[in-house]
Amino acid sequence: MIKFVLMVNQQGQTRLSRYYESVELSRRAALEADAVRCCLSRKKDQCSFVEFKDFKLVYRQYAALIIVVGVSDGENELSIYELIHNFVEVLDKHFSRVIMFNLDSIHIILDEMIQNGHIVETNKNRILAPLTAINKMAEG
Amino acid sequence: MSDVVEKTLTALPSLLSLDSQPGSAKLSSTAKLGNLIRGITELTSKHEEEKLIQHELASIKEQVSSPNTTMRQMRELMVRAVYCEMLGYEASFSYIHAIKLAQQGNVLEKRVGYLAVSLFLNESHELLLLLVNTVLKDLQSTNLIEVCMALTVVCQIFPKDMIPVILPIVEEKLNHPKEIIRRKAVLALHKFYLIAPNQVQHIHNKFRKALCDKDPGVMTASLHIYLQLIQENAEAYKDLTASFVTILKQVVGGKLPMDFNYHSVPAPWLQIQLLRILSLLGKNDQRTSEVMYEVLDESLRRAEMNHNITYAILYECVKCVYTIHPKSELLEKAAKCIGNFVLSPKINLKYLGLKALTYVVQQDPKLALQHQMTIIECLDHSDVIIKRETLELLFRITNAQNVTVIVEKMLDFLRLSKDDHMTIDIVGKVAELAEKYAPDNEWFIQTMNAVFSLGGDMMQPEIPNGFLKLLSEGFDSEEEDRKLRLFAVSSYISLLQGEPSKLPQRFLQVICWVLGEYSFLKEDLEPSVVLGLLTKLLDMKSSSSETKSWVLVAMTKLCWSEAAVSEAQQVAETYSSSFDTTLRQRAQELQHLSRDSQLHSRVLPPGGRLEPDEVDSSLSFLDGFVSEALSAGAAPYKPLHQRQEELSRSKVLSLEPYGLSLPISTSSCSITDRQSPTLLSTSSGLSGDGTDFSHRGSSTTLRLDGVKRVWGREGYLAQKKPVEEVAQVEVPSPLRSPSQQGDANSCRSKTPTPTANPECDQEKQQLASSLFGGLSSQSSVCLMEKSEPDIQRFRRKAKGQRSSSTTNEQRANPTVSSASAVDNLLCNNLLEADTEPINSSAKQTFQHPHSLSVANGACDAEAILTDGDPKERNQPLSSEDFVEADDSPPREDQERSKDSCLTPHLPAELSGFSHSEIIPLCSSQSLDLSACHVQTDNSVVLVVFITNTSEDANLQIQVLSEELEVFCVCESPVEEVRGRSVSVRQYSLTVKMPLVHFELVGMLSYSIPAGMPQAMMQFSYKLPLTSFIRPLTVSTEEYGSMWLAFSHDTKQNLTLIKEEREPLTATLNALNKKLSLHVVEIIGVEGLVACSLLQDQPCLMHCRVHAGRLAVWLRSPVPDLPDCLLYHCQRALQEP
Repeated sequence: MIKFVLMVNQQGQTRLSRYYESVELSRRAALEADAVRCCLSRKKDQCSFVEFKDFKLVYRQYAALIIVVGVSDGENELSIYELIHNFVEVLDKHFSRVIMFNLDSIHIILDEMIQNGHIVETNKNRILAPLTAINKMAEG
Repeated sequence: MSDVVEKTLTALPSLLSLDSQPGSAKLSSTAKLGNLIRGITELTSKHEEEKLIQHELASIKEQVSSPNTTMRQMRELMVRAVYCEMLGYEASFSYIHAIKLAQQGNVLEKRVGYLAVSLFLNESHELLLLLVNTVLKDLQSTNLIEVCMALTVVCQIFPKDMIPVILPIVEEKLNHPKEIIRRKAVLALHKFYLIAPNQVQHIHNKFRKALCDKDPGVMTASLHIYLQLIQENAEAYKDLTASFVTILKQVVGGKLPMDFNYHSVPAPWLQIQLLRILSLLGKNDQRTSEVMYEVLDESLRRAEMNHNITYAILYECVKCVYTIHPKSELLEKAAKCIGNFVLSPKINLKYLGLKALTYVVQQDPKLALQHQMTIIECLDHSDVIIKRETLELLFRITNAQNVTVIVEKMLDFLRLSKDDHMTIDIVGKVAELAEKYAPDNEWFIQTMNAVFSLGGDMMQPEIPNGFLKLLSEGFDSEEEDRKLRLFAVSSYISLLQGEPSKLPQRFLQVICWVLGEYSFLKEDLEPSVVLGLLTKLLDMKSSSSETKSWVLVAMTKLCWSEAAVSEAQQVAETYSSSFDTTLRQRAQELQHLSRDSQLHSRVLPPGGRLEPDEVDSSLSFLDGFVSEALSAGAAPYKPLHQRQEELSRSKVLSLEPYGLSLPISTSSCSITDRQSPTLLSTSSGLSGDGTDFSHRGSSTTLRLDGVKRVWGREGYLAQKKPVEEVAQVEVPSPLRSPSQQGDANSCRSKTPTPTANPECDQEKQQLASSLFGGLSSQSSVCLMEKSEPDIQRFRRKAKGQRSSSTTNEQRANPTVSSASAVDNLLCNNLLEADTEPINSSAKQTFQHPHSLSVANGACDAEAILTDGDPKERNQPLSSEDFVEADDSPPREDQERSKDSCLTPHLPAELSGFSHSEIIPLCSSQSLDLSACHVQTDNSVVLVVFITNTSEDANLQIQVLSEELEVFCVCESPVEEVRGRSVSVRQYSLTVKMPLVHFELVGMLSYSIPAGMPQAMMQFSYKLPLTSFIRPLTVSTEEYGSMWLAFSHDTKQNLTLIKEEREPLTATLNALNKKLSLHVVEIIGVEGLVACSLLQDQPCLMHCRVHAGRLAVWLRSPVPDLPDCLLYHCQRALQEP
């Protein structure tokens, strides 16, 4: 089970967060700060999974951007690690022409991939289909 | 991973950060968000950030409420509001506008509106109701994109109570021509199943249709539901195994469209999902497992590509191979895979390898032997996570021989650990190992000292409680007990003489208790010396008032000598005016008891121990008082739940009904701050309080008395002293086969030979031999049997042993009930087969054609003959007699033959269910009547077999019962029965009112040959309530709300199954097995169990382990059901 997905920059500022278990708003900032600190404190040669409170974090860094996924203990960490990469590849595919920060679009993409903590779609074309259709309609 | 992709990805952060040049036409709409983000990125202090966001929020607020704001602007405002909330600043004013945007916007705006709603609101937010209409409208829209959006939001967040409103439309979408709509509809049903399983119970066949959908995406979506369903009840879905196997085969074989590939691996996450489902289905089931061997082999073979994702699949595959019924070839291949993982230079793979190894070593410790050098390297790895995982692995292979080395390693880790969660976890494990495998007293006490010092005040309260319980209850020999206690006392005295201010409070409390109880054992120790040390604790600034209470209680116990009294008086003086009421209370006790030595010796006899008190939990001694009060006009007592019901009925504000009346509070799922749920009930209070955590769960716990009684020798209730069976020597199992022995030897010789510098290696080799000691002998038997004659020094008495006939079973239990994720499934399976003969030699021979677990009572069925063959007249009249008679072999054979010759006549529609033993009802020269009952999912069917050994006959059967509704399945009451044949009648039975046993009376009138004068025979048939009991699958939340609604209840203490590790789990498992009660959840010492009388009459049971007994509380809306069920629970637990 996936508990949350975070995208943060190297300064630890949250760029995107999505929770699949309810966490009070007031606690989120602290939780995110702790999680990011935990991941940033780790060296490059250390493994990409880390114990955090009573669950685990899987993280992956792309230059200045870090994606952190909180997962329950029974989860297959390596598959989540690759899921992050799949997500990034989808973002790459979609945003390759229009260079901009689109919080809503990233959320829409993520919502196609993960729901209620479950991985529901990993096929890149299918993940992007609804967003592309919406954008087309909005333009047209 | 390809370099090309890697390169494009490094460019990605710049896409996401805002340093890019504004070149796009679209930028204007997101420019404001861009400015905001850029502004925040540049800030240096939290304070500035707060100012900026507040300013931003004010401006957003102003704009959203302006009537001139267009939907397009609104969309942009919503994104900014989402951003602000994401940073932790509430923007609740925008919630309603998000809903409005979803209602009124065009597609893109609508999508953002829905998105904002799903981010802003939680499941129970009241504004969510306003969304229902919009969703309903969009679901019916002709625009596919709108339908799609509506379904997406339904999958994410939807009010539970409103599901019926949209359910028909969502179901309709399952037939939509577009795959994306079908897929999302399936996911929506998954969501409904998660939040309200009852609502979608009727559409299970539609799930099957989705599974067979021609589109792989729709099929994949349905797997989420199936994984969930199979987790809850694997038995019901065994028939789908072949389908899942076929799907996996096709996926692995590359039959899916190319775009499902990820880095040329076909649909990896789908494969993982399927492997998880298969492992659940194949667990403990040889037949089902056999179906999947081929595809697992294929998966192991295919996944040879060197990419992370193939390793992720392999890991899942290995887990599956080790979870299902074992097949040696596959195990071998899986073991090789693990080797590749563990030896990999890639750290992530090493981690996964260790995790896999941890999972499998319990079944096959020799795998750990194979990799011992790697494991030792990992133990010193620079990455703390790898170390941690290695310790986890070592924890699983600990035995009496390597315990000291492994515990030392764990303590080393603890000394360096800074993470609270890890510390708590490992401290618990060390305590467990120490208790289980301690080689001697000295080591045990020292290890526990380390546990208490390192665990500090965050460790679970069970550890000190368990330790004290262990000390006080003692073991087999008085002498050993004395030595252990004495050693503890000496050790603590020297600790207190050192620097007690450095010790954690919990540890000090343990020390106080031990010194109070046992310092008299040390003969050269004056009580006044101990008192002096204790007084020092009182004076320490760091001592908490709780600790001070413990100190005072300890002093109270010690002040029996002259010298001690004056010191005690002084202390009592000081604290009797304390502001803390508990302290003042303790001080008063100290004062009074130290003054009156006679009273003191009566309350706290020096060195002696009080016999445990019998607790009358029904409070029957108050009966006289109560009836007096009632006759004087007092209102009758209403239990808490009843009062609450009345309160809520009278529409008074509900006072958190959930937390107050449910005896446990369900473990919260919050990520941030999770406490051990057991903390809620196991108070860390003073042992001196002698608290009986009354199973009422009310806040007013009964205070009994007596300082020592909490740690009473054998719990509260006097029990027979169990015959201790000490298995001191590890006996090589007779099952050990030469080939396996050879296996073990050869694998030891395969140990990787060291290559690095010899000195260091020698050290490592030494460590290896101490770490993996005892494993090789175990490994040879592990596949056959979990032989657990572990040298367990501290075997607790209270959890005593069983008679020798059941030891087999009992040994199996630690694995069966072990709460740890890594279960020894393999062994379970074999052991289950092992114990079968025991079962069949016992009276009950329920048959399990489909291995459906079925309730079974000792007096399942009995027949009373009233007429007929004199030979049969010897038939027993009561169930007890019946049992006895049955023990004689010839009779049993006869029964069996009857059983086997009539079984084929069972109606085909019933053959899939388990039926009771077929027993004779009555017989005449030419007619033989036998019967059995069959338990189907929603009914109980009485099947009567009529064996006619002569000519054709006419007969009529009537079956009646006062408590049961009997419904004859055949049409006409009179039937012709052909000669020399067996005919069958079915009666479906439902319960009118619950009883412990039900009795059916029957009348058979017949004429042979047809047309001759009629003769009559009477018969009766008895069946227990348990035949009607079915497991009730509910979630903990549902359980909570049901609990409140039920008014009939009963309580009692039952015997716990004596089992070393998890008596509660073992007991509940036994109830689950014997009575098919559904175990909802086990939280610490409490368990939730649910069942129902056939389909519609639920009964809930709340269990708590208390003083070595199981305190149960049953509730149901049906009168008498709790009492009747309680009877069966009692019986079930008394049977061996």
